Amino acid sequence: MAESPFKADIERVEREYSEKMTPGAIARIPGSSVINKTGSWRVFMPEFNRDKCVRCYLCYIYCPEPAIYLDEENYPVFDYNYCKGCGICANECPTNAIVMVREAK
Amino acid sequence: MAVRKPPITTREYWAPGHAACAGCGCATALKLATKAFSEAMEEKYGDPNAFAIAQATGCMEVVSAVFPYTAWKAPWVHVAFENAAAAASGVEAAWKKLGRKGKILAIGGDGGTADIGMQALSGMLERRHNVVYLMYDNEAYMNTGIQRSSSTPYGAWTTTSPPGKYSIGEDKPKKWVALIAAAHQIPYAATASIGNAFDFVRKMKKAAKVDGPAFVQVHCTCPTGWKSPLEKGVEIARLAIETGVWPLFEIENGDFFHIKIQPPGGGAKVKREGGKVVAIEFKKPIEEYLKLQGRFKHLFKRPEAIDEMREQIKAMWKVLGVDVTLPKPGE
Repeated sequence: MAESPFKADIERVEREYSEKMTPGAIARIPGSSVINKTGSWRVFMPEFNRDKCVRCYLCYIYCPEPAIYLDEENYPVFDYNYCKGCGICANECPTNAIVMVREAK
Repeated sequence: MAVRKPPITTREYWAPGHAACAGCGCATALKLATKAFSEAMEEKYGDPNAFAIAQATGCMEVVSAVFPYTAWKAPWVHVAFENAAAAASGVEAAWKKLGRKGKILAIGGDGGTADIGMQALSGMLERRHNVVYLMYDNEAYMNTGIQRSSSTPYGAWTTTSPPGKYSIGEDKPKKWVALIAAAHQIPYAATASIGNAFDFVRKMKKAAKVDGPAFVQVHCTCPTGWKSPLEKGVEIARLAIETGVWPLFEIENGDFFHIKIQPPGGGAKVKREGGKVVAIEFKKPIEEYLKLQGRFKHLFKRPEAIDEMREQIKAMWKVLGVDVTLPKPGE
């Protein structure tokens, strides 16, 4: 399993996070929104079938989050901490390698 | 199987965890825009991070920068609704004085560009600042509660243009800011759509590489304001291209006689003369685009309004020098 490209940001924001007001309301840590785990918004979750995937990258391109990143073999990896379950990836997938299923929490 | 390389850089400038609604088309647009920008900067200056962003108030500013968080991984400044272009001009002038290489990206929504930021945008284009202005066009003020903007298309429902017995919703045609920008004779003005991501990325890279101002108007879906299904976001944007509602064109140096038209796809027949597109015969009726969106639902009780919409689309294409035929359903 590949590492998320935001791993360094997640570690940094957990270490340095503070709600103290800064001069000019400057957000000090770039990409600090990763502390919000928006995966809790999800109703349907994308389920990925690696055998059907042709690596067209459409899901990777169209994900608005981005909650999809690529592993060493360029297969998509779904980051369920952030996926809001919109289903654009499943709708755009040409081989139906991604299907949306209702999530049991 | 040989593995193709990803068609776009894997560097990220737009982090997850932002507060955009699920299925937000504008978030996709900004993600792709920053990636394309960084690719262009790497090819032109050898430094992928040689850009800064000035953003007007709007949906994408509100969701990406909730204090103390920010979703941006690039130098970014938030300014008021009207002056993203003015702030970007200032940043560009400062970079020039400091001898820094790079380009500035100004981002505004359709309200912040077509209505409130029009003066600042015009000034920036006229002063020939080295800035790319990206207008993400979701066709109303979605952030403040779906009020109409001058970019709202004919017939659309918004909270300030409600349809009813005496109203068909928004009753004025859409304002095309890309044409207004091109009239400043800037090096590059274009429209794009998230329905054709590869075309959008190509146009963004081209805009980033020209010397001088450039303007890109990108069509993005808003499931909240358009009352459309979450997962259909990209499909709706693609249908807008394929039915002729959203033309994809490029105008260089304000040359309105040599407008480059991107073929719409979706089975449409394109007729060329001397390399120039002169006529397009669309095969999909605009109803296919309209029926997926709740904001056009009332129009199906009034077919004459849809016919009026067809006439307006034909008039828009006429400005681009293209004769279009739009089929009715069942034809």
